Amino acid sequence: MKAPVLSSWFTRGAVAAPPDIASASLRSDRFRLEREGDWRRLESIVARMERGGLKRIPDDDLLALPALYRTAASSLAVARETSLDAATLAYLEALVQRAWFQVYGPPKGFGAWLRDFLLGGWSRTVRALWLDICIALFVMVAGSIVGWLLVARDEAWYYRLVPGGMAETRVPGASREELLATLATEENAAGLSTFAAYLFSNNSAVCILAFALGFAFGIPSLLLLVHNMALLGALVWLFAGQGLTLELAAWLSVHGTTELFGILLSGAAGLHIGRSMAFPGSQPVLAAAAQAGRRGAVVMVGVVIMMVVAALLEAFPRQLVEGTGPRFLIGGMMLAFWLAYFFLYRPRRPQEDSA
Amino acid sequence: MSAAPRPSRGPGKRQRIMVTPEGLALPIALASRGSRAGALIIDVLIIVFGLVAFHLLMFWIAGGLLEGTALDVEAAPRGAQEFLQILLVIIVFVTWYGYFLVQELGPRGATLGKRAVGIRIAARSGGRLPPEAVIARNLMRDIELFYPLGFILVLLAGTTMGEELGPLAWIATAWFALFLLLPFFNRDALRAGDIIAGTWVVETPRTRLAGTLSTQGAAATRGESEVTGARYEFGEAELSVYGEKELQTLERMLRESPPEALTAVHATICRKIGWEPGAGDERAFLEAFYAQLRAKLEGDMRFGKRKADKFS
Repeated sequence: MKAPVLSSWFTRGAVAAPPDIASASLRSDRFRLEREGDWRRLESIVARMERGGLKRIPDDDLLALPALYRTAASSLAVARETSLDAATLAYLEALVQRAWFQVYGPPKGFGAWLRDFLLGGWSRTVRALWLDICIALFVMVAGSIVGWLLVARDEAWYYRLVPGGMAETRVPGASREELLATLATEENAAGLSTFAAYLFSNNSAVCILAFALGFAFGIPSLLLLVHNMALLGALVWLFAGQGLTLELAAWLSVHGTTELFGILLSGAAGLHIGRSMAFPGSQPVLAAAAQAGRRGAVVMVGVVIMMVVAALLEAFPRQLVEGTGPRFLIGGMMLAFWLAYFFLYRPRRPQEDSA
Repeated sequence: MSAAPRPSRGPGKRQRIMVTPEGLALPIALASRGSRAGALIIDVLIIVFGLVAFHLLMFWIAGGLLEGTALDVEAAPRGAQEFLQILLVIIVFVTWYGYFLVQELGPRGATLGKRAVGIRIAARSGGRLPPEAVIARNLMRDIELFYPLGFILVLLAGTTMGEELGPLAWIATAWFALFLLLPFFNRDALRAGDIIAGTWVVETPRTRLAGTLSTQGAAATRGESEVTGARYEFGEAELSVYGEKELQTLERMLRESPPEALTAVHATICRKIGWEPGAGDERAFLEAFYAQLRAKLEGDMRFGKRKADKFS
C-alpha cells in the first residue's frame, strides 16, 4: 500500500496505448477495452481536481464529469457480475470512490460558505440553540452570584478565584484611589495592539476549550462558565465595597458585552453537544452528536469573530475612552447590535439541498 | 446511515461498505490507527518547524531594528516592534487552528501528513462532507491530544521533582487519557472530534489500471505457445478443478511473480489436473490455462453459476 502512494508522486502520465479491442479473446476484457478510454479520462479529471486547480480544468471536462462518473459506476456494477479480472475490479472501485469524493465533494467553497454564514447562517444557528443559551445564561448569572457570596463570606476566597499575577493592586483592602486607577485610561495607544492580539488569542482558546469540553455531556463546559463568572462576581464585590460598582460596570461593558456573549455562546454550543448526546431523542447517539457538533461548530466560528471584536474593544476603546457614560454607550451599542443580529435579523433561507 | 459494517471479508476488519447515491456499494477501508498517528506526527512536525523558522525570522528582523540604535531597546522603533509582536501572536494562532482546517476543506480532504500516508477524511453517513464537520472535528483536537499530553507531562515533571501527587491529579490524568485513547475503544477508530463531526478517516485508494491479460502471450492466441508452437487445450474436467479464488491468485502471479515462482505454480497445476509437467514453457501454459479457466468461469457466471473456490 505504501510504495504505490509514494511512487505515484513521481511517476505521472506515461500511459501505454490500450491494445486492439478485437485482439482480446475474452468477452469481459473486450468490455473493459471498450470503456477504458472513458475511465482514463475520468481519472485524469479527478486527479486534476484533487490538485486543486478547478479553474484550470476546461469546461468540457467539468461538464463531462457527472456522465463519466456514472459511466464508471455502471461499468463497475456490470463488471462485478461479468468479469473475474481482479485488477480491473480493484481499479474501478478505487476510481469510482475517488470520483465520488469529487462529484459529491464539499457543496461549496469556503468563500461561499462564509458569505452564507454571515448573511443569516450564523444567527439561524444561534437561534436554534436557544434552550442551551438560556441554560448557559442561568449558569453564568448563578456563577457570578456564587463568586460574590463566596468572597463576601470569606475574603480568602478572593485569592483562590482571582489569579495573583493578573491584578496585583486589585486585592481586598485596596483603597478607592488604587481601584479607580485600574479603571483609568492609557495616555496613548502604544502597546495596546499587542495587548489586543494577546487577548484575542487567549480568549479564543478559552472559548474553544469550553466548546470542546461539551463532549463530556456538557458538565465541564458549565463548570468552566461558573469558574469564569465567579471571578467576575469576586471582582464586582471588591469594587462594590468601595462604591465603584457603576464605574466597574461601565469599564467592563465596553468589551464585556461582546466577550461575555461569546463565552455564553461557546458554553451553550458545548452544552448543546453534551445535551444531545445525553438525550439523543429518536436518533442514534452518534448521529445526534454529529448533528449537534456541526451546529456547534458554526457557532464557534462566530465566537472567534466575536473574540476579535472583543479584543479590539478591550484594547483600544476601553483603555482610551474616559467616563462612565461613553463607556456604557459603547457597551450598550455592541450588546444591542449582537441581540439584533442574532434574534431580529432573519433573512430568508437560501434555496439549497439539505444534504 | 448508508454505511454498514461488512463482516464477510475475513482479514479486513477495517473494511466497510459505502453506498453511493446511485445505489452502488463501494468498499472502503478505514485508516489504521497507526497511519493516523503517523500522519498527525508529520503534521505537528511541519507546524512546529514552520513556527520555529518563523520565530527565528521575526527575531532576526527584530534584531535588525536594534541596529543603529546602539543596541538600546528603548530607542528602537516602537511601532515596528509592536507590529512584529502582533504578527507573531496572530500567525501562531492562525497556524495552529488553520493548518488542519484549510487543508481538510480542500478537494483532497487531507493534510500534508495524511496525504503522505495515503488517508483522507470522509463523512460517516456517506453523504457530502460539509465545512461545519471539518471545523467541528478540528476544534476538538486540542482537548483530545494536547491537553492530555501536556497534563501527563506536567505530572511526570512533578513526580521527578519529588512533588506529592494528590488523587485529583490522577483522576484528571485518567480523564484526559480517556480522550487520548478513545480511538481504541470503538470499532471505527473514531476520535472525539470524529464523533462530534460525523466523520471518519479512510484510506485513499491509488490503483493503476493493469494491462489486459487476454491480449498477451498464449492467452491471445487461443493457447498456442510462441516458444514451442504447442497448443494448450484444456477439457471441461480439467477446468472445473479450480474456482474464482484460484483464478485471481493465478492472475496476480501472472502480473507480478518472477519466472521461478511460475515454475512452481505450473508444477502444482499440472499435478492437480493430471498432466505431466514439462519445462521451459511455463508462462505460455499458465497464460493459456488462465484464459480458458476465466472464459469458463465467466461463462458460467452469466448463467448465474458461481464457483467461489476449489472446494465449492
